[in-house]
Amino acid sequence: MTLSAQDVEKLKLTANSIREDIIKMLLEAKSGHSAGPLGLADIFTALYFNVLKHDPKNPNWEERDRLVLSCGHTCPVLYTVMAYAGYFDKTELLTLRKLGSRLQGHPHRTALPGLETTSGPLGSGLSQASGMALVGKTDQKSWRVYCVMSDGEQDEGNTWEAVMFAAKYKLDNLTAILDRNNIQIDGHTEDVMPLDSLKAKYEAFGWNAIEIDGHDFNQIIDAYSQAKELKGKPTLILAKTVPGKGVDFMEGKYEWHGKTPNSEEAKKALYELRTLQGKIKSEHE
Amino acid sequence: MNLGLCRERLSQNMNDKNLNPKLFDQDIERVPSRDGFGEGLVLAGEQDKNVVALCADLTESTRMQEFKNKFIERFFEVGVAEQNLVTTASGMAACGKIAFTASYATFSPGRNWEQIRTTICYNDQPVKIVGAHAGISVGPDGATHQALEDIALMRVLPNMVVVVPADSIEAKKATLAIAKNNKPSYIRLSRDKVPTITTEETPFEISRAEVLWDLSAAESFRHSSSGRFADVTVIACGQIVYQALLAAKELAENKISVRVINCHTIKPIDVKTIIQAAEETGAIVTAEEHQINGGLGSAVAEVVSEHFPVPIKMVGIKDHFGESGEGGELLEKFGLTKKDIIKAITQVIRVKNK
Repeated sequence: MTLSAQDVEKLKLTANSIREDIIKMLLEAKSGHSAGPLGLADIFTALYFNVLKHDPKNPNWEERDRLVLSCGHTCPVLYTVMAYAGYFDKTELLTLRKLGSRLQGHPHRTALPGLETTSGPLGSGLSQASGMALVGKTDQKSWRVYCVMSDGEQDEGNTWEAVMFAAKYKLDNLTAILDRNNIQIDGHTEDVMPLDSLKAKYEAFGWNAIEIDGHDFNQIIDAYSQAKELKGKPTLILAKTVPGKGVDFMEGKYEWHGKTPNSEEAKKALYELRTLQGKIKSEHE
Repeated sequence: MNLGLCRERLSQNMNDKNLNPKLFDQDIERVPSRDGFGEGLVLAGEQDKNVVALCADLTESTRMQEFKNKFIERFFEVGVAEQNLVTTASGMAACGKIAFTASYATFSPGRNWEQIRTTICYNDQPVKIVGAHAGISVGPDGATHQALEDIALMRVLPNMVVVVPADSIEAKKATLAIAKNNKPSYIRLSRDKVPTITTEETPFEISRAEVLWDLSAAESFRHSSSGRFADVTVIACGQIVYQALLAAKELAENKISVRVINCHTIKPIDVKTIIQAAEETGAIVTAEEHQINGGLGSAVAEVVSEHFPVPIKMVGIKDHFGESGEGGELLEKFGLTKKDIIKAITQVIRVKNK
């Protein structure tokens, strides 16, 4: 499926607004993860505003596609996209990580309608997505399953157990999106535990693998369409992303994996996002 | 005392619970509790088409084989991958399946505890964890394969139900019960043949401990402090319930009266029956094929110390790993037999009467 230039522009603007809200909610929360959620904003925008079959007013709709966020620490992007899609009011975003909030520090299924699972501890999302996809296959359902993973959690043995399982059971209704941003808490992924070449690894395990620029909406949507068409294999979308995308001083810096901006940094970050890193003028300061 | 009357009352109590009439015979039937699970799983599969089974390369020995033979389209082999076993099941449960997952207890829930915690308990998905080959009676395979910590691992998890059947028939009932309870559940099974103490008619309900033996009505037991209740209660689970019954029978002949409780559900534990036992008998012995640390004994002590403190002695594994040997030899060596329970009873009664 091809997108019109107008569609792309609309998605880009939505993703940019979502990034602004991510900064605002992280500033308010005072703890959490910044780089990953910013880097995933385009992928999540594409999912919720173009790819997923879902109904925010009826989160338990039986025919919905299932989205499993495996790397739970990136939930600020999921929460924000869900709010934009209409699952809950955007004002609730500012309750992230606060006592009594439905927006737990890591996503908790029973707290917030629309979440498919509880996650945080890495490496178990792909298995759960495989279990869902298996039911979809055996019960001949038309819904599909999407799983967003981080590259850091490719260190986990559980991930590769699921990779083998999904190939064995030919789960072609399962699409995994791997956020290849090259950072994790202790540093660059290739220093912490070398992962390359992930595409070849997944292919060797019997998957279809597509490598894309995770900030190019045409490539993102095209990859989802290809995955949908392919029969007999699960698909991995290896999405190269820039951690901290949209905020110059965060981009590519692993130091921003697990920390939040202070008010000065947030102001700077919001200015950059509003001006698209100086390309346009901001109406605000 | 009138031993004849005592025997009569004993048999009445046993009749109430419909225990195996051959309970104290040499040739009592001996069947591994995993066999009862296998039968129960097939029945559960017949009753509900949403029942599915996943196994980590131990289909025959965990007794999932019959289910696989009968419902091949509902059986899924995950290979030697216990983390994937339970997380895949979590995903299936999220889509309406009643997923039974089987391996040896040392591997599941031993290896995959965090996945069970997060994706099943906290996530509240009704996955069934079947821990086969639990306890020291696993025997020759040695300590690596003898799960002695699994009750502790599972009973600290919110939402989790923990069941330890005493024999094969009870394992069948427990399997059918957890298939219907819509909760994350753990069932602990034995590899070795264990005496079949119950019958199809013996009452079984999750969370309700059963008094299998009690001399409370035996007026001839005047030495009992209250004059109306047994001198001591033994609370046991798994195959050690049989050893407790043997101990109770032997002591009855020595004028010591014992109440024996089969506490098959460790969580949620039957608080009422335990407090009642503490109040009425004033002394408790716990007995289990598990580490004393964190097991049934600890669970009972938590209830008793808070509600009605009485002296407790615990029979179980005392902070040790097991070793190779025959099941019976290991029960002897690690102090889990009738003899050890009698010793604990004698000690706890001495404390009670101080």
